[in-house]
Amino acid sequence: MNLLALEFPSIDRIVTFKPLFGEDTPFEFNKVTLITVLAAVLTFILFAVAGSRSALVPRGVQNLVEASVEFVREGIVMQTMGSSGLGWMPYLTALFWFIFFCNITEVIPVLQMPASARMAIPLSLALLSWIIFIVVGIKHQGPIGYFKSALFPPGVPKALYILVTPIEFISTFLVRPFSLAVRLFANMLAGHILLVTFAVLSAALFVKGPLAVIMPLPAIMLVFLTGFEVLVALLQAYIFTILTAVYIGGAMHPEH
Amino acid sequence: MAIPAVLAQVAEGISGEDQISYGEAISAGFAYGLAAIGPGIGIGYLVGQSVQAMARQPEAAGMVRTTMFLGIAFTEALALIGFVVFVLLKFA
Repeated sequence: MNLLALEFPSIDRIVTFKPLFGEDTPFEFNKVTLITVLAAVLTFILFAVAGSRSALVPRGVQNLVEASVEFVREGIVMQTMGSSGLGWMPYLTALFWFIFFCNITEVIPVLQMPASARMAIPLSLALLSWIIFIVVGIKHQGPIGYFKSALFPPGVPKALYILVTPIEFISTFLVRPFSLAVRLFANMLAGHILLVTFAVLSAALFVKGPLAVIMPLPAIMLVFLTGFEVLVALLQAYIFTILTAVYIGGAMHPEH
Repeated sequence: MAIPAVLAQVAEGISGEDQISYGEAISAGFAYGLAAIGPGIGIGYLVGQSVQAMARQPEAAGMVRTTMFLGIAFTEALALIGFVVFVLLKFA
């Protein structure tokens, strides 16, 4: 792309990285893999630190983690699943923090690449949610009962099942994991491309002589967008978690 | 008559591959632009109605906010699929 004689990097340059080791093997290790491992380890360390020094009056890390646990409990589990879903608290809290750490590396200097902007992370998490809600449904309602309540919603005239059942099948078992994965992936990729575009613009205008007059505009925009992307990282982690909770809750308690 | 002749000359210079990449670039822009219309209207309406509900009944604000985010997530998915189509057309 060539606008104002500026060289914008192609998509391959901003989302693929050189392998650090293990080239051409399934265990190839590059920056995205590093960020993913970092996010998992950070989630673990966060809870280990918060749990090891538990005080009656929480401070610092413990305060943060307790606030997030309460948020997941009151804001996500109780709102969507009710008290019978409290067993899913640990999974949902860990999911929230892991996705948040994968997203927030988008604005952290040096790393500056959200691990969730590659399809692998969102897709595996979405498939995990998909397997969980089907298994929970089968466990709570029995295999026949679950598919009957999912594919033949009650209160619909018999003749309409010809139309409703295929739609329900596609929307519940095919579109749900797909949209869950694409939502996280596309949001983070769009944010990444946006940040790259404005960074390239402000860096290139700086050396373009007379055009340096309008250089502050993309630079200011870059600052605003960085703040906006922090918000998006939080919001996407929240949305992924609450949708997983809604799907599990729907499998637990069928509508009557 | 001079202008069409100039245009024709330019068009002759474009190879088949270039034409395909031009078409991809233009349709990529249209794909995202069109995909953003519906969700734009939808999210605007959704959030507006939610704010109205919260203003009328502040004690129900928590419940309305949760449902609002769910609705935004579902509506926004359409625009994001449009964005993915844009990326596929432009770069893949």
